[in-house]
Amino acid sequence: MDNQQKKQAQVKKEPFFRLVKRDTLPVGKVILIYAIAIVGSLLLSSIICSAFSDKNPLQFFSSLFGGAFGSSRRIWLLLQDTALLLGVAIALVPAFKMKFWNLGGNGQILVSCLAAVACMYYLGGKIPDFLVIILMTVTSILAGAIWGVLPAIFKALFNTNESLFTLMLNYIASGLVAMFISIWVKSGSGVLYPLPNGHFPNLFGSKYLLTIIVFFALAVLMFVYLKYTKQGYEISVVGDSPNTAKYIGIDVKKVIIRTMIISGALCGVVGLFVAGSIEHTVSTASANNMGFTAIMATWLAAFNPLIMMGTCGFIAFVDKGMMEVRSAFGFTNDSIANIVIGLVYFCVIACSFFITYEVKFRKPEARSTKTEGGKPL
Amino acid sequence: MITFLVSAISIATVLLFGCVGEIITEKAGHLNLGIPGIMCMGTAGGCLGTSLYMGIANGNPSWLLLVLFSLVFSVIFAAATGAIYALLTVSLRCNQNITGLAITIFGAGATDFLMSFVDRTHFDAAGKLISSPLPFAKNLGWFGEIFLGHGVFVYIAIAVALACTFVLNKTRVGLHLRAVGESPATADAAGINVTAYKYVAILVGSGIAGLGGFYYIMDYIKGSWENASIIEAFGWLAIALVIFVLWKPHLGILGALLFGGCYIVAFVLANVTSTQKEIIKMLPYVITIVVLIVTSIFDDKENQPPASLGLPYFREDR
Repeated sequence: MDNQQKKQAQVKKEPFFRLVKRDTLPVGKVILIYAIAIVGSLLLSSIICSAFSDKNPLQFFSSLFGGAFGSSRRIWLLLQDTALLLGVAIALVPAFKMKFWNLGGNGQILVSCLAAVACMYYLGGKIPDFLVIILMTVTSILAGAIWGVLPAIFKALFNTNESLFTLMLNYIASGLVAMFISIWVKSGSGVLYPLPNGHFPNLFGSKYLLTIIVFFALAVLMFVYLKYTKQGYEISVVGDSPNTAKYIGIDVKKVIIRTMIISGALCGVVGLFVAGSIEHTVSTASANNMGFTAIMATWLAAFNPLIMMGTCGFIAFVDKGMMEVRSAFGFTNDSIANIVIGLVYFCVIACSFFITYEVKFRKPEARSTKTEGGKPL
Repeated sequence: MITFLVSAISIATVLLFGCVGEIITEKAGHLNLGIPGIMCMGTAGGCLGTSLYMGIANGNPSWLLLVLFSLVFSVIFAAATGAIYALLTVSLRCNQNITGLAITIFGAGATDFLMSFVDRTHFDAAGKLISSPLPFAKNLGWFGEIFLGHGVFVYIAIAVALACTFVLNKTRVGLHLRAVGESPATADAAGINVTAYKYVAILVGSGIAGLGGFYYIMDYIKGSWENASIIEAFGWLAIALVIFVLWKPHLGILGALLFGGCYIVAFVLANVTSTQKEIIKMLPYVITIVVLIVTSIFDDKENQPPASLGLPYFREDR
């Protein structure tokens, strides 16, 4: 077989389409792809929701936006939800940048919430309120940090799988909450009513403002920390290549443990605000699944704390909007919100493929076997 | 004591289905955190099948047809949900953890939604029929009650787990599947169709896992329905169980029994306070963490997760 024939045999075998990894896509195009995915998934959701009720897709969108922005109270609640989710997202982002899969956000929030409520329960009314609040802050941040550092220590020492470790800690945290509630609530109802002491002060007469300011400020700080400090740099080196980190003299174990203390402590701050500023009590549902939702938010934002303000806002918007859609469309359970959120996630996750890869179709007149993207064989 | 063992075996069955399903998926190198959602969807499918058949049977259902109908529907629904996961993670090479979580959120929501449309009027009868014990169980006293007194799905679960061990360790298909999970590039070079193996493993694993949720609703609690969150919790426990049994389906039978026992013991013990009950309920998770740590300390090659677990495979990557 001479060269010519060989070439032709190769040409015939070239598949109908193939994938090539892209270098980088311009920001505008990335945003466009995500926008198409989000709009597409919302359109799909509107059609599904209309199919199961007597309303039309237009009413879906009006309820969706009305539910999120309909009144000043709703806008405040939306901002508060965004802020809390943002808090969890910035807690998770240093861990994820380090390729440490912290799936334990829920647990870290729960234990810190529990710690804060324990302070309120045992000390509230016995010592001045500001002391209670200080103690709440210390204990809940400490609790979150401990819950975060446990898997990190074992990851650093023995390379124990962290995603499953943190996942299990979620359930232990929720078990601890159930246990303490069973101690505190003598009636056995399993519901701890909001406690009267240790409430965070209102800021300019608004009970939402403090939460919002704290977490948006923390997000900016996290952006600076990751981008401009030595520790932030170490995190990204450990994440990209632990071997490189070792060779340039970074103590990988130290970085893993330090980063997870930060991650857990920030989740602790979220738990603190849930207890001190919003719910004034604790239940096994106090984390509101934010530990998982925030994973989506961080990942959609490509681990950038500033973009996360937008992604958290969007998730909170869909969540709040769907509550309104649910009542307007007469759905009996709130599961429809999860379906829509799931659909949005699917579309957005799928579109990440088109950002990383390029689909190349076989050229009609297959003359050359050499292509631009791949290396010649 | 007998009631305790019987209940423990029932809960163990739920976990075993989920665990075996997840093992098959993980052996292909895919950490499927969508298993809780997939188990929910299996429940919805199975319940839909049951309700359809009970409608057709018109008050005179046959045991075999009911089991077949619900089994097929349950597997199809679960596998369809698994197909979304497979499409996203295998073909589109998306992040497995993210995709899995999205599947769980979607699956739990869709199940709650679907179940509100399912006609549950005949579920009581269907539940009794599905959980009817083997015919000769009554004559064998306590032995019959513990080992033979269960609905057919318990035995399906055990059979599936044993078959899965056999296929993974003794057949060429199993060898190829393990190769795909350990090193897809090597498997690809050896001429194994990596994509096909991954798809089939995820679909089969999802289908098996889905049966767990259906078994819980139809057999264990005899057709009553509240919401999907309990099945979701079982799903996470099943994922924990996979680690506990070191990716070995036959050990899954014993592990599931232990987890099931821990889960049920809190409800059976009469003279414990509710606080002690909560502590006992935490045990399975604590045990899992201990096992996780111990296996990582000893770093035994035999007892590790598949090497490429969680990583997407792109042929042109180097």
